[in-house]
Amino acid sequence: MNAQAMWEAMSFLSEYGLLLDQDKLEEWTLLFEPQAEYKVCSRENEEMGLPAALMWCDNRDMLSDRIQSYRNVNEHNFHWARHVIGLPQVLQDSAHQLHFQASYSLFQTNLEGMSRLFSVGRYDFVCSRTPAGLRLLQATVIADTGLVKTLLAAPI
Amino acid sequence: MKIDWPRKDYSRIPFSVYHDPELYQREMEQVFRGKCWSYLAFEAEVPKPGDFRTTWVGDTPVVVSRDQDGQLHAFVNRCSHRGAQIVREVAGHCKTSHVCIYHRWSYSTQGKLEGVPFRRGLKGQGGMPADFDVQAHHPKALRLANYHGVLFGTFSDEAESIESYLGEFGTSMIKRFMHKPIKILGYTRQHIEGNWKLYAENLRDTYHASLLHEFFVTYGVDRATQKGGVRMDDRHRHNMNYAFSNSDTQSQATEAYAGIKGVELDRMRLSDLKILDYRPEFADGLNLATPTFFPNAIIIQINNSLSSRQIRPKGVDSHEIFQTLFGYEDDTEEMVRHRLISANLVGPAGLVSMEDGEAIEIVQKATRRETLDHSLVEMGGLGPLSDLEHRVTETPIRGFWSYWSELMGVEPEGGIR
Repeated sequence: MNAQAMWEAMSFLSEYGLLLDQDKLEEWTLLFEPQAEYKVCSRENEEMGLPAALMWCDNRDMLSDRIQSYRNVNEHNFHWARHVIGLPQVLQDSAHQLHFQASYSLFQTNLEGMSRLFSVGRYDFVCSRTPAGLRLLQATVIADTGLVKTLLAAPI
Repeated sequence: MKIDWPRKDYSRIPFSVYHDPELYQREMEQVFRGKCWSYLAFEAEVPKPGDFRTTWVGDTPVVVSRDQDGQLHAFVNRCSHRGAQIVREVAGHCKTSHVCIYHRWSYSTQGKLEGVPFRRGLKGQGGMPADFDVQAHHPKALRLANYHGVLFGTFSDEAESIESYLGEFGTSMIKRFMHKPIKILGYTRQHIEGNWKLYAENLRDTYHASLLHEFFVTYGVDRATQKGGVRMDDRHRHNMNYAFSNSDTQSQATEAYAGIKGVELDRMRLSDLKILDYRPEFADGLNLATPTFFPNAIIIQINNSLSSRQIRPKGVDSHEIFQTLFGYEDDTEEMVRHRLISANLVGPAGLVSMEDGEAIEIVQKATRRETLDHSLVEMGGLGPLSDLEHRVTETPIRGFWSYWSELMGVEPEGGIR
């Protein structure tokens, strides 16, 4: 067990979640490599071996388009997001890449202060090691919560 | 039961219809167990003998099952003994029989009661009465119709044939989508805190499409300036919104949408345009086709994303939208990928569909205390209903209410449809 790898993964997850929670979505996309894939799928499909996703961006430009659409075009339920991310499990650790997974819970709080559990699931992240730190190559969000409450506009 | 319709042409909808718990109970009987057909699933979801999938007709849980001889059946998912759910998985394969876990009563893949443990008692003691008749205790069966691979069910012996129910309009649209074997790509689910009929109306409201879903307009996936229109069946219970992409110009659209507050055509520029790629695949050339089927379904084509959506009422003030994404058996791997990228447009996170969840919830919230008031449905005109060669209309909403009222026995005297 490499303590350094664990530390890297934890730092990365903490930054990932807090950027989303602080609505710094444009900054959040910079945690991705340009060729990175971001996919949100339900555990129901995953376990049945079905490929359909809730969101699927196969490069960072597409992910930025999602964010731009969220900012300018889409209407959604007003809320604050709060990600609570569990300890990571390092699956593979090499000089160039780090593969790890972690559980997440995502709560939404509406503007009148009412919170609800919005989504719970697992991150499966493959990152490249860069001089600036870890950068995502493949981010798969497998949501146990396949039943989306109201709608899903911002990334998880 | 009586509904106080402010007008006879269903252009005023009393808000009580979204909130009245008695009305909800009645529509579960009169609509979902009435003389209409409900969408259940695709045949492709139960391809092999023994395959099953659970579904809903209104708020009644139903199992769709293929028996050992390959015949399809639909039956209520409730044990005849104590009322427990028989099948607990969402879908799967059944080798021999479906067994209720509570007292292990077992059912054939045809949905017939077969086994009752200790029926004769033990050593002459206990057991069921000697005249207990297994044949008299099968779960309630639905009539099932397989129309070109789309499965419909009804509880009614009086329901007309499926061909007659769907009409020329519905049958031709199903044949269009099901012209070759389909392949299931996956599911999405959306929980909306609103009455199920608000979703049924939303599917019939072409007025909102390019206004609420601004992405549609910005990228010309669907806008009111395109060639298109609305069609309905003779009874106005089913309907369709259709359009041809590339049938308007950017300047026509700019002019038409100028001055509409909240909608702008140039608020964003995609850096990766493949999400909008459209490969013509139907003879009619439509890039948008959305036939709805009263009471609970729609089949949607938006570019190359294809899906069905089923409305599953969950009480008077909430419902689930269960979406089944599909392609075709002969799709190349690359085409499947293209469909899945297109699918970013649809579903609970869809760039041109996510807003419906929010729109319905804010109607439900704001009308709760206004049950004596009503909504306005006049866009597209008043009076008798007809097909239109444009889409600045919400006329099909009035069609929905006319047939709903007929089934519910709450038509206004001299109702106009």
